[in-house]
Amino acid sequence: MTIAQETAKVPSRSAARRRNRLDIREGRTAFFFLLPSLIGVILFLVLPIIASVVLSFTNWKLLGQPAFVGFANYVRLFTVDPQFWPVLRNTLFFTAEYLVLNLVISLGLAVWISSLKVGQKWFRVIFFLPTFTPGIAVAIVWMLIFAPGGFFDFLMGALSIHMPSVLTDQNLAMQAVVVVSLWAGVGYNTVLFNAALDMVPANYLEAARIDGATAWDRFWKIRLPLISPTLFFGTVMTAITSLQVFDQIYVLTRGGPGSATATLGYAIYQKGFQNFQMGYASAIAWVMFALIMALTAFQFWMQRKWVHYDN
Amino acid sequence: MANISIRSAVKAYGPLEVLHGVSVDARDGEFMVLVGPSGCGKSTLLRMIAGLESITDGEIEIGGRVVNELEPKERDIAMVFQSYALYPHMTVRDNMAFALKLARRSREDIEREVNRAADILDLSQLLDRFPRQLSGGQRQRVAMGRAIVRNPAVFLFDEPLSNLDAKLRVQMRGEIKALHQRLGATMIYVTHDQMEAMTMADRIVVMRAGRIEQVGTPLDIYDHPANSFVAGFIGSPSMNLIDGVVRSTDQGLVLDTPHGTTWPLPANATVLAGAKIQLGIRPEHVLLDTAGVEAEAILVEPTGAETHVQMRVGGQTLTGVFRDRPAIAAGARFRVRPDTARAHVFDCDSGNRIPARS
Repeated sequence: MTIAQETAKVPSRSAARRRNRLDIREGRTAFFFLLPSLIGVILFLVLPIIASVVLSFTNWKLLGQPAFVGFANYVRLFTVDPQFWPVLRNTLFFTAEYLVLNLVISLGLAVWISSLKVGQKWFRVIFFLPTFTPGIAVAIVWMLIFAPGGFFDFLMGALSIHMPSVLTDQNLAMQAVVVVSLWAGVGYNTVLFNAALDMVPANYLEAARIDGATAWDRFWKIRLPLISPTLFFGTVMTAITSLQVFDQIYVLTRGGPGSATATLGYAIYQKGFQNFQMGYASAIAWVMFALIMALTAFQFWMQRKWVHYDN
Repeated sequence: MANISIRSAVKAYGPLEVLHGVSVDARDGEFMVLVGPSGCGKSTLLRMIAGLESITDGEIEIGGRVVNELEPKERDIAMVFQSYALYPHMTVRDNMAFALKLARRSREDIEREVNRAADILDLSQLLDRFPRQLSGGQRQRVAMGRAIVRNPAVFLFDEPLSNLDAKLRVQMRGEIKALHQRLGATMIYVTHDQMEAMTMADRIVVMRAGRIEQVGTPLDIYDHPANSFVAGFIGSPSMNLIDGVVRSTDQGLVLDTPHGTTWPLPANATVLAGAKIQLGIRPEHVLLDTAGVEAEAILVEPTGAETHVQMRVGGQTLTGVFRDRPAIAAGARFRVRPDTARAHVFDCDSGNRIPARS
């Protein structure tokens, strides 16, 4: 190695060392800045998740020492518990109905708002209002409306329509939960889809008009495919939240009448905080998680066929 | 194929009028270019022909049929957009077939038309690709292919080459011109690039601020600009315009400028002594002459074929284009005169051309 090469190498080595020291110092500073949220995440997210996994293999009853029971909770869930399958069926039924209705209504509203010449902003705000209204408060108001002898019964009576009290009817109770959920949840997707529709470049629609596309064609063949990434996002998020439904059911029906509106979310609460079967409730929570993961994975697999990211 | 007749077309957005009664005819099979600076209304006029903008007043006729109230699809036109507007979720084949599918043409028909257009534009290898997988030039060709398959009476182009690099732009310019010759359809082409207008058009429509300034063949407009705006807009580098007052001398009429320089005027100029005029000299008509006006070179730009020289003459900056590679460097002093036989004279107030005696 020549002297020139040697001298050229010395400063580069010291520069690398200096850079290394700087990286470590910066990393340490960044760590301290992140520490408050890191502590929060560890305490309130990571540890509870680990604890719930561990608990799902125990028979912990809130008081006393938990004992390891292996897969007994899971086995009981799928083979012994008479409530589990109806609860799962209710959850899937609610998810399917709510998801479809939410997407159709919010997309319809989004299209309607984007077609307005004036007042778009106002309607966006109006439809978005329920999204930031506390779910429990919304559910209480609706419970007062649907309660036996409430406003809904009064209205039906005034219209001479004879129907059983909604919250106490085996079939109608779930529909009441769906209606309340829609009222509270449609606004978010409406604003989301409306923003996506407004982002579709006008020249695609103009090109389609020249190509001979009617408004109907333009919606199905141009606008819908071009907002498909947003539709997909809305579908996944709505599916996840609907599988976790709890607030409305807790306030409106407490899972009843019978177990007609009991869902996985409500069953976790019931087993954990009413029956104090924390281990068993944790097992249900993990089954719910697996269900959400499976459905989301399925949606991601399906998106290849209908979502276009090329806009 | 069809002719287009635009009669007193007005476009207003509320109280703001952007087109002020434009009238022009495009002949059957003609390649007509609308050119003008940004905001002159050329794209608006094209969109009115396409049916994408309503017509506030006046009439637009395509193939003898007034189309004011017709939907774009009923006007028998096709349009190529500046951004190409290729549907990103469809393959090249589907993009080209879209209009035919909407028209419920048979599968064989669609395939035949798409293949014909793909052959013309050399797109056969790209039919199964998506727009994102294409280069700018290929997208441009697909956009043209989408127009061709419909076999329209009129093709409309809205600045279709402005997103391409300089080399590709020249190539595509040639391809569009060749396409016009092959199809023989009426084409209306909007651009702000006067070079595109000059090289492609059968006739050019020069627009400014919602009005037509001049309609004519490229060379007619270049040689006989109707006013100082057209003279300055068409041609690159721009025409030199020198303001001054006409004076009569023993040698004929001359122009005295406020900067103290004196320029000879064309012998056949029909102006009177004392008149305020603009003398227009194309850069290539600035001649080196030891008996001319003194100039100082500011910037010398050799392009190979010719040399562009920016010079200060009196207090004014002029441009000269010389083909014989003169030995001029920045800062050099030399003398120039106009080729008076090819100089132009414009009225100072109206800007209109003052015709010469024939």
